[in-house]
Amino acid sequence: MEQNFDLPEIHTPENLVYTKTKVLTDNVMHYCPGCGHGTVHRLIAEVIDEMGIQDQVIGVAPVGCSVLAYNYFDIDMQEAAHGRAPALATGIKRVFPEKFVFTYQGDGDLAAIGTAETIHACNRGENITIIFINNGIYGMTGGQMAPTTLPGMPTSTSPYGRDVKMMGNPLKITELVAMLPGTYFVTRQAVHTPALVRKTKKAIRMAFENQKLNRGVSFVEIVSNCNSGWKLTPVQAIKWLEENMLPFYPLGDLKVNGEMVSK
Amino acid sequence: MKELRLMKGNEAIAEAAIRAGADAYFGYPITPQSEVIEYLMAEKPHERTGMVVLQAESEVAAINMVYGAAACGKRAMTSSSSPGISLKQEGISYIAGAELPCLILNVVRGGPGLGTIQPSQSDYFQATKGGGHGDYRLIVLAPASVQEMYDFVKLSFDLAFKYRNPVMILSDGVIGQMMEKVEIGEQYPRLTNEQIDELYPWATTGKKPGKDRRIITSLELDPGRQEQHNLKLQAKYKKMQEEEVRYEALNCEDAEYLLVAFGSSARICQKAMDLGRAKGLKIGLLRPITLFPFPSKILHELATKVKGMLTVEMNAGQMVEDVRLAVCGKVKVEHYGRFGGMIPSPAEVLHALETKIIGG
Repeated sequence: MEQNFDLPEIHTPENLVYTKTKVLTDNVMHYCPGCGHGTVHRLIAEVIDEMGIQDQVIGVAPVGCSVLAYNYFDIDMQEAAHGRAPALATGIKRVFPEKFVFTYQGDGDLAAIGTAETIHACNRGENITIIFINNGIYGMTGGQMAPTTLPGMPTSTSPYGRDVKMMGNPLKITELVAMLPGTYFVTRQAVHTPALVRKTKKAIRMAFENQKLNRGVSFVEIVSNCNSGWKLTPVQAIKWLEENMLPFYPLGDLKVNGEMVSK
Repeated sequence: MKELRLMKGNEAIAEAAIRAGADAYFGYPITPQSEVIEYLMAEKPHERTGMVVLQAESEVAAINMVYGAAACGKRAMTSSSSPGISLKQEGISYIAGAELPCLILNVVRGGPGLGTIQPSQSDYFQATKGGGHGDYRLIVLAPASVQEMYDFVKLSFDLAFKYRNPVMILSDGVIGQMMEKVEIGEQYPRLTNEQIDELYPWATTGKKPGKDRRIITSLELDPGRQEQHNLKLQAKYKKMQEEEVRYEALNCEDAEYLLVAFGSSARICQKAMDLGRAKGLKIGLLRPITLFPFPSKILHELATKVKGMLTVEMNAGQMVEDVRLAVCGKVKVEHYGRFGGMIPSPAEVLHALETKIIGG
């Protein structure tokens, strides 16, 4: 049925203060309404655009909700097997040391099946950027328990809540990689408020700028929400994130310019 | 003047990689092939040609580093032995699905499981039938000498890039560890980034202004498009079967009995054939050099000329299935094998031929 909303024409040149960055394609994103992936994609694309490196960047997509990330970035990209993105990025950066290489990974990809690849790429100090989306759940496969699922948090494979005695504790892999000598910049950010979006963009910019220094891995965790997996509306999910995820995964820099940030 | 060196098979692979203009080697130590990475590390190929050599944290990581570098249009390779090759199968399947060229060396040891560190040919099925998940094939080359270990590296890269397909050199602990005279070839230059951009329009080298972005993936959610991709792969494998079959036929013209063997088993069979010929037995030897594509046509033809065939393999009978398919019941085909790291003697092979085929 055709709907006629009779909206006033607002897409006029004088109203155009914010447009889609050219580093994003015109493809419609498949992400759920309220999901943080779209925001983070945009921030990465803006940074690539502003740095003028669209022709020098190679991205690596993971397996998970962002498996199709390569459909949205107008850059050369490779699709990795589950968890192997840091190994691909190592291969790319070693043969193209002058190019900018980043991985985009979720918590299951980076902190469960890909733990070895993550730790060792970080420990070798590969000169790459790792963008890590932590929403505490497996989104794509339908809301199963992730390595970062909070204690007591229900998922489809921990339906009575994560019992840490049986299922283990959540893995704070960002704190772990910050301890490794090969990481140069390690930070934890979020994108559920405009102020946090701006801070995250600064962090992503720094994570890409650092590649010019050749000093090691820049690792940006972004604590995000998964409305579908958490079975909450977007607004409820953001409230839940603030009340539950952020106390366990506090925001802020863990390591800057190769030095641990004292808290 | 020819440059001759006495080398282990594993060392010959490593030297050949540098000389072939390889861009990167990613590996993880495992017996009996650790000399490959040891030789490369000692040689400092980054100083000779700019080639990258990196010891990865696992075979899984190593093959995925190969994926990343290969997707950039670079000549990338890895090597391992049987248990390590099993670990690489995930990556090999992705590389085959994404149609990336690379070289994988398997210096086979006995299995299953941790098995033995002694030589074996028990990975024939894994190498020639795909290995990982999904419908795919590797081009599989089986060297029978240290010289062929050397020669097949450049050939592998050439075939890999011609077909955008992974190539496996299926060797074994005998060929990897034994020392033979090797004629060292010329130093081919590594391709420049400009040459890669010109030659490989699929490689992710950074999106050029005004050009489409390049995506390397093995994912296609639409079943219709995935089927088209599968059909494209199958057409490629068919072309390999038509154009890339390689084999060596010894004394096949007047042969009444045929030995069929690859790799080090073929070397043993050559001696068994000589022993038999000295006794007046008309024995020939057909040595498949490409295990995929398999030399089915020549075997089919020979089946009308010989009285029987014996495959000799250091396994429980794997290639024999492909020989029987090729022969299609025209002639008796039997298998003789030793496994678990045991190597048959020429006399043992001749005895097997006499009892299973000639007298059988």
